[in-house]
Order: sequence, then C-alpha cells, then structure tokens
Amino acid sequence: MKEIVILSGKGGSGKTSLATSFAALGKEKILLADYDVDAADMHILLEAKHYKEEKFYSGFEAVINQEKCIQCGNCKILCQFDAIEEKDNRFYINPIDCEGCGYCEMVCPEKAIKMKDAEVGNFYVSNTRFKNVLFHAKLNIGADNSGKLVSYVKKQAKKYAEEEKIDYLLSDGPPGVGCPAISSVTGANYVVIVTETSLSGFSDMKRLHELVNNFKIPCGCIINKADLNLKVKEEILEYLEKNDISLLGEIPYNKSFPESIRQLKTVNEYDKNMAVLIKNIWEKIYKTNL
Amino acid sequence: MKIAIASGKGGTGKTTVACNFSKFLQQRFHDNSFKGVALIDLDVEEPNSSIFIAPKAERIEKIFKKIPEWKEENCTFCNKCVASCRFNALAMLPSLIMRFPELCHSCFVCEAVCPHQAIKMMPYEIGKISTSSEDNFLFIESKLNIGEVAAPALIKQSKDYVEKEVPSNYWKIFDCPPGTSCSMIEAVKSADMVLLVTESTPFGLNDLQLAVKTLRLLKLPFAVIINKYDSSYPELDKYLEKENIPVFGRIPIRQEIAIAYSAGNLINEVYPEINKIWENSYSRIKEMRNERDCNTIR
Amino acid sequence: MKILFTSKSQGMDALLDPHFGRAKGFILYDTDEKSDKWIENTENLNAAHGAGIQAAQKVIEQNPDAIITGSVGPKASAVLSKTNIKIYLTREKQLSEILAEFTDGKLELL
Repeated sequence: MKEIVILSGKGGSGKTSLATSFAALGKEKILLADYDVDAADMHILLEAKHYKEEKFYSGFEAVINQEKCIQCGNCKILCQFDAIEEKDNRFYINPIDCEGCGYCEMVCPEKAIKMKDAEVGNFYVSNTRFKNVLFHAKLNIGADNSGKLVSYVKKQAKKYAEEEKIDYLLSDGPPGVGCPAISSVTGANYVVIVTETSLSGFSDMKRLHELVNNFKIPCGCIINKADLNLKVKEEILEYLEKNDISLLGEIPYNKSFPESIRQLKTVNEYDKNMAVLIKNIWEKIYKTNL
Repeated sequence: MKIAIASGKGGTGKTTVACNFSKFLQQRFHDNSFKGVALIDLDVEEPNSSIFIAPKAERIEKIFKKIPEWKEENCTFCNKCVASCRFNALAMLPSLIMRFPELCHSCFVCEAVCPHQAIKMMPYEIGKISTSSEDNFLFIESKLNIGEVAAPALIKQSKDYVEKEVPSNYWKIFDCPPGTSCSMIEAVKSADMVLLVTESTPFGLNDLQLAVKTLRLLKLPFAVIINKYDSSYPELDKYLEKENIPVFGRIPIRQEIAIAYSAGNLINEVYPEINKIWENSYSRIKEMRNERDCNTIR
Repeated sequence: MKILFTSKSQGMDALLDPHFGRAKGFILYDTDEKSDKWIENTENLNAAHGAGIQAAQKVIEQNPDAIITGSVGPKASAVLSKTNIKIYLTREKQLSEILAEFTDGKLELL
C-alpha cells in the first residue's frame, strides 16, 4: 500500500481540484483522505455521504462547578491564557481560549474545577460518487490544529487500505507548513507538490519542499497556471532540476478550474482538453509508485 | 482602527486585499498629517506581504515564548513536573529532566508545582518581527522560526508589539492566517472589525460559512469582499443577502490583476477601478465605527 | 538480558505492534528466566502529541537492554537516545519469531 500526498504550501494553487480529478480517474482502485481538517472541501465535489461518524477527543478543557465555586478569583489571576471571565460575580471558562493545562484545577481551593476530555471535532468515513471511500474530518471552531486529527484520519485510512487490499491512498493535504502539514507527510511514500507561477506560490513551495526533504520522501511537481508568469516558471523549473524533483506536468492558466467547481464537477469531467492533460499527470504519478 | 483581513479558504486573496487596501489608505491619508497606516503580516508560517511591499527592514526584534529551564542542582527527581504537564513537554530519565520546547504551551504549571525551585520558565526564541517605515506607512512582518510550531503565541506577542510601537492614530491592517483554527482566532480576536475575503466558488462559500460562524462566536463585526468574482455563481450572493452580511466590493477576474500578482506587484495602478472598492470600504468602515461608538455611548 | 517488544497483545505468540509510541502494550522478555511480562500502554493512545515521550519513559522504567519495534518517532528517539538501550527495528511478525532472529543476530540496530 502506497500513500501519495498532495500538498501546495500556498492556498488556491489547485490542489483540491487536482485531487478530486485523480479520484475520478482512480475510482475504486484508490482510497481517499482529506487532511484539511480545518476547512475541508473535497467532500463537496465528491458528493461524499458518510456512513460512519465519530467524535474526536484531544487534550482537555476546564469546567467550573458553580455550586462549589466561592468566587475567589484565583483561577482567573493565574490563567496564562486569559481564558477565565468574570460576569455578574461568577466565573466562566471560555472554551475557545482554554488550552486545557489544568493550572486552574490545581489552584482552586474548593476543588470546583475539573478537567474533562475535550471534544475537538468529528471524524467521517464516506462513500463518494466515484466509487471510492473517503476518510475525512472536521475540527471544531478554535480547536488546536495540532495535527493529531490528521494523524488519526491517516491511521484509519491506512488500516482500511490494508484490510481491503487497496494499493493506493491518495491524500489531499492541508495548506501551510505547520503541524497539520507535517502530520500529513509523515509516513507518506510520495508527495505531489502543486505550485503556481507566482512569486508567493514559489516562495511557499520552497518552504514546503524544505519540510518534505527533511522526511526524505520522493516528490514530484505540478506547475499550475504555468503560462501566467514565464519568468517565475523558469525559476521553478530551475529549482526542480537542482533539487531532483520530477516535473509531473504543466497546466496552463485557465477558467476551467473555477468553472468546473462552480458546476460541482471535477476539472476532467468539465473540460475534455484538461482531462487529457490530467490523465497524463495521473499516469505518471501512478507509474512512479507502482 | 484595527482591521483584520481573514478568510476561511486559503488563496482567496487576503494578502492582495491587505497590501493594496493599506497602500490605498496611505495615499488617502497623505493629506491628513494626523493619520498613517500600518500593515501587519500575521500569517506567521508563510508571510508573503513583503513580496508586494518590498520593505527595507530597519529593525528586527526576536520574539520569545517561555519554556521550563531545569536547575539540576535543586532537582530531587520527584517527577511532579512531568506528571503535571498535560502536553508531554517534559520527560524524566534516570539522571535528567528532558524538555520538548515545541510541545510546551507555556502554561507555567510545572514551575508552580515544583517543590524545590528546580523548574523556572525562561525565554525561548520562536520568531522574529521586522519593522520598516516610509512616510506615513509602517510595515511589520512576523515570522515563525523554521521548525517552530507556536503560531498563536507569536501572533499574540506580535499584536502586543503593535500596541506598543504603532502610533494610536494609525489605521492597522492585519493580514491573518487562513482557516478558522487557533491561529486565525488569535489573529482576529482584538480587531475592531474583520474583512472576510472569499471567492465565487462552492469551496469559497463553504469556507466562508465556517469563517462567519467563527466571527459570530467571537462577536466580531465583519464584512465581505468577493475576490475573483464571477456572476455565474449566484449562490454566494444569495447567502450573503440572506445572512445580511455587508459586501464592500466585488473584484472581478482580470488578466492584468493575475499577472501583477504573479510578479509580486501591487494592483492599484494596473487596475485603477479597484480604488473605488477601497474608497467604499473606507467609508463603510468609518460608518460601522461611528455606529459602534454611538451604540457604546447609549 | 531483558528485551522489550512493542506488542499488540499478551504472550510471545502475539504480533509486534509496529509503532512505538502508540503501541497497545509492551512485553518485557527475560532471556535468562525465559519469562515474559505484559505492560499496558493504552493511556498513551489518547495523548495528543508526545505519546512517544510517555511511552519512552514507561519503557525506561523497566530497564531493558534492548527494544525491538517497527518504528520510533523523533521525540521518543530523542528520549531513548539518552540511555544505553539498543533499539532494533523489524517488521510485524510474531514475537517468538523475532526473538529467534534476534538471537541469531539477524536484526538491524537503529
């Protein structure tokens, strides 16, 4: 079983559009995972219908028992995160600011504060309209995006792939280069970097590549909006060559990407020319990972 | 006046709006010797505003978070510090207490719990803030050191830095991280209002709805700017109308805008019509502020 | 000598649990006494980051000479590297089979 993770560093490069196009091509031969647990979008184009839903817990949150509380205010004074508010002479913990450290529980003279497991999101397993199964999740607002939920989605997806003897796990990664991106890359066999010919895109791509390189995972690159800025494209190509990153394909700047999403279609469903281009790229990725 | 530029979805145009709107304001305030603009890039993992603003960094300041320092001579290996840490940032070995700075949330519990003063919270560098200025424009970029993960901590301290260093009569525009998790929330929290940037696609709408939910929970006033606007996606306009969300402008998809952006250039000159959107945003923001001040007085 | 395996269940016929930090449990095998002891690790399965750190501390308390597992994350590695414990990596198999390979010197030292 091989895991291919698609990342971009920069948002808006076309990562999810391409991931869903590959899902349409791979069908039941591939398993899917969406690691963007903050603002997941893959399920929209795939018409994912979940058959499994689980609550996800991570870390702790403090809860004040108002009956035991004597309003001494110690907790509010000592909280490093300003997570305790006083209103009408009562003290309340703001769950968005609470980091679950337990300091308040420790200092409360009446033992009126208890730490409980924090429910931080939901995990889903869904069927998609392309006959593949999608593993995804949604973090609650303000939750710590530490990458733990990403790791959980990955673990469940891999387990399923092994059990059902599916050879490929295709994962749509999160934006950025922080903990969620790190968790997505951990244990992956191949990384597809989607970039665009803009200075911002190239800058983010380099930061992302640095991260991936630390994990010593082979990668390939798709240059989207390739003809938007030829000067930046040349710089990208130079960078790819210098760093031994294979060029998987170049996609011209086109209206099909946003237009197809608007019609809730994948790019290859909407545009025949794009379909040929994307199929070639997919075949390259597939062959590299046989 | 503190305005946070945020979005649910990445790549909608936050940095484009933040940079170009703040440059518009700089021109606008030029005649008014009492006002200036500060653009603060809080997208600390990958700050990109400097590509468009091309600043000459005059000052670089290191930013720290506190992590436990182990004083071996006082330690009795009682394990209280390790047992009290809910983030697994400390480990006890036969002859040493190990620390994991990247896991530390700076809660101070370990220092409080140690009976022998063997743990003391000390500064640990997590990032850098660079400041540059020209006329009535201040540019502040906040960047996490490579390998560090404490984005919310750096964002919080960057805001404290702004309170200290930027004149109070300056308008402050904050370019925020994408998404709706802890980094974005820390960045928008103390703003006077938030400008959400979205795009005319189902992804843009889906993520906008998450951002709206977040801002309503935080009780922050907000408005929307639609970037890469396309009238063939009425669902977005319908949602905004139904929810009574003010729209300050609709920026169309234009080749000249995309090209300028790709080359790291500002767009106010290649697409001058955009200044109407900035002018409108400026008036609407002032309106919202006056309304809020009236409500507060009442 | 004492060898510690990450294990999916009790007994030497159990399968190796491939990842150190979030293993279901550990089996401490004494080559002199030919006895095995099961140690639970379930409380670490729920930890946010740092499950490996907790697991490492737990394992160090048992004072093994060697650890045999599938993979060890960077934080757990950092903790274990402060001791003299030798770490060996292998694939998911029955512990009894792995023990035989270890005795024959076939296992790779990390």
